[in-house]
Amino acid sequence: MPKKTKIETALIESLKKKFNTTIKEEYVKPNRIKFSTTSDNFRNLAQAVKELGFDQVISQGGTDYPDNNEFRVEYHIICVSIKKFRSIIFSLMTTIPKDKPEIETLIDIWPSAEFHEQETFENFGITFINHPRMEKLLLPEDWDDIPPLRKDFHLPGRG
Amino acid sequence: MPNSVMNVVDQGGDRLVLHVGPQHPGSGHFRIIVTVDGDYIVDAKPDPGYVHRGAEKMAEYRDYIQNIPHLERPVIIDASGVTLPYVLAAEKIIGVEPPVRAEYIRMIMAELNRIISHLYWLAIYGIFLGHSTMFMWPMGDRELFIDLAESIGGTRVTFSYIVPGGVRNDIPINFKERALKTFDYFEKRIKEYEKIFFNNPLMAARTEGIGVLKKDDAIRLGITGSNLRASGVDSDTRKDEPYCMYKKVDFDIPTRQEGDSYARCVVRLRELQQSMNIIKQVFDLIEPGPVKQVLGGVMRGEPGEAFVRTEAARGTMFYHIVSDGDKIPYRVKISVPSFRNLIGMSHLLIGSRLADMPAIYWSLDYWPVEADR
Repeated sequence: MPKKTKIETALIESLKKKFNTTIKEEYVKPNRIKFSTTSDNFRNLAQAVKELGFDQVISQGGTDYPDNNEFRVEYHIICVSIKKFRSIIFSLMTTIPKDKPEIETLIDIWPSAEFHEQETFENFGITFINHPRMEKLLLPEDWDDIPPLRKDFHLPGRG
Repeated sequence: MPNSVMNVVDQGGDRLVLHVGPQHPGSGHFRIIVTVDGDYIVDAKPDPGYVHRGAEKMAEYRDYIQNIPHLERPVIIDASGVTLPYVLAAEKIIGVEPPVRAEYIRMIMAELNRIISHLYWLAIYGIFLGHSTMFMWPMGDRELFIDLAESIGGTRVTFSYIVPGGVRNDIPINFKERALKTFDYFEKRIKEYEKIFFNNPLMAARTEGIGVLKKDDAIRLGITGSNLRASGVDSDTRKDEPYCMYKKVDFDIPTRQEGDSYARCVVRLRELQQSMNIIKQVFDLIEPGPVKQVLGGVMRGEPGEAFVRTEAARGTMFYHIVSDGDKIPYRVKISVPSFRNLIGMSHLLIGSRLADMPAIYWSLDYWPVEADR
């Protein structure tokens, strides 16, 4: 496992102190801090990361894991206003069951997540509760198949 | 006809709903639904997706090499800008490191592509503001940079030149001399651009104080690239988290404090000079050596994931690739700068005049095909 810088260690420790064992640290590589937690606790974790100064959603998406019958919901957060944090990307992840694909929106914490969440909604069928526009964004209005980024949707002719 | 170019709905009173696009010579393949009260825009709802092709889904059916030309499609005018982060992420998954010379050549290509893309933007902005000379000049000068890039990559726009393990081939022998000659010429041209367009009172009247994006709003809304730097934030991935050999070169990040359409134009003009400065320094730093690590057989990724961001022409380009150990990626998530800048469009248009819409819209350098993927 790569050695953490002082800044990274301080960020990780402050979050661990707050959440104890309810969050899981999955450090991947330099400049990347990845945490996962339960979907109930996800909002609190997001709020804490925002309070550390991480102010922009660089990416938000999902991944389908049909074997576990769950979706992984991912938020990638960067910091623009504080210079020493600019090299770091926070990846926050949680899993939600496929039978009940719902999670509370984070656009009140990060307004920049708005279109990303809308895109995840149409591509995976994940509903973001309290998002003002849970409607199609990129897909055609008359799309009536299953959400296309789910693994059980196959491209025509590609099996 | 819901998709007609101009679908006008009378809402009663003085309000009208106008559909601008998705087939429009200015907007590109993109529709924006604006509600106007007299001449003022009271609501603006972007409607992207007209050229959505499901690039992320299709990437799950192609191996790491086949994905290079595929993922280049969304932004063909900045082809190296969009493939570089993909290749960096793929290299992390596959576990290869490119030779140093290849890293420098990647920088040359990325910066050439930034110039090509910015010149295209400048030409269209000229015609948006009714300045046809400013359409002709950058389009003509852009050809010189396309010629340079073509001499390296083999084609005019879609190079598929950066590959896992390095770059496809070395740069031509006389490339440095040709490039320096072009730069000498173009540095003079930048001064002429300033004279005829940027210092033109008509240009200033159309753009100064128009579409002002405040620093706080830019950060809050997730704006990236030149648009963010024009609002007073000196953030650039090449400095924030240097990749390739960017930490070895010295360059400035042009910023402006005003945050208006004019500031966004000036920032891009200054970036042209910075890109040439970077390439000139690369010529001094680059040393002979191999440009590609030859990889045998089918490239297989280790199970895991890679997150990579680079500074493309329009802002930070972010890739998240998940691998389950197969020869094709399990999931490819692309977060493109145009898609993130889109949120700023409604913010800026609401409250401005309909006549200012082209000046604001294109000052954001929004590329519909990139946003739709």
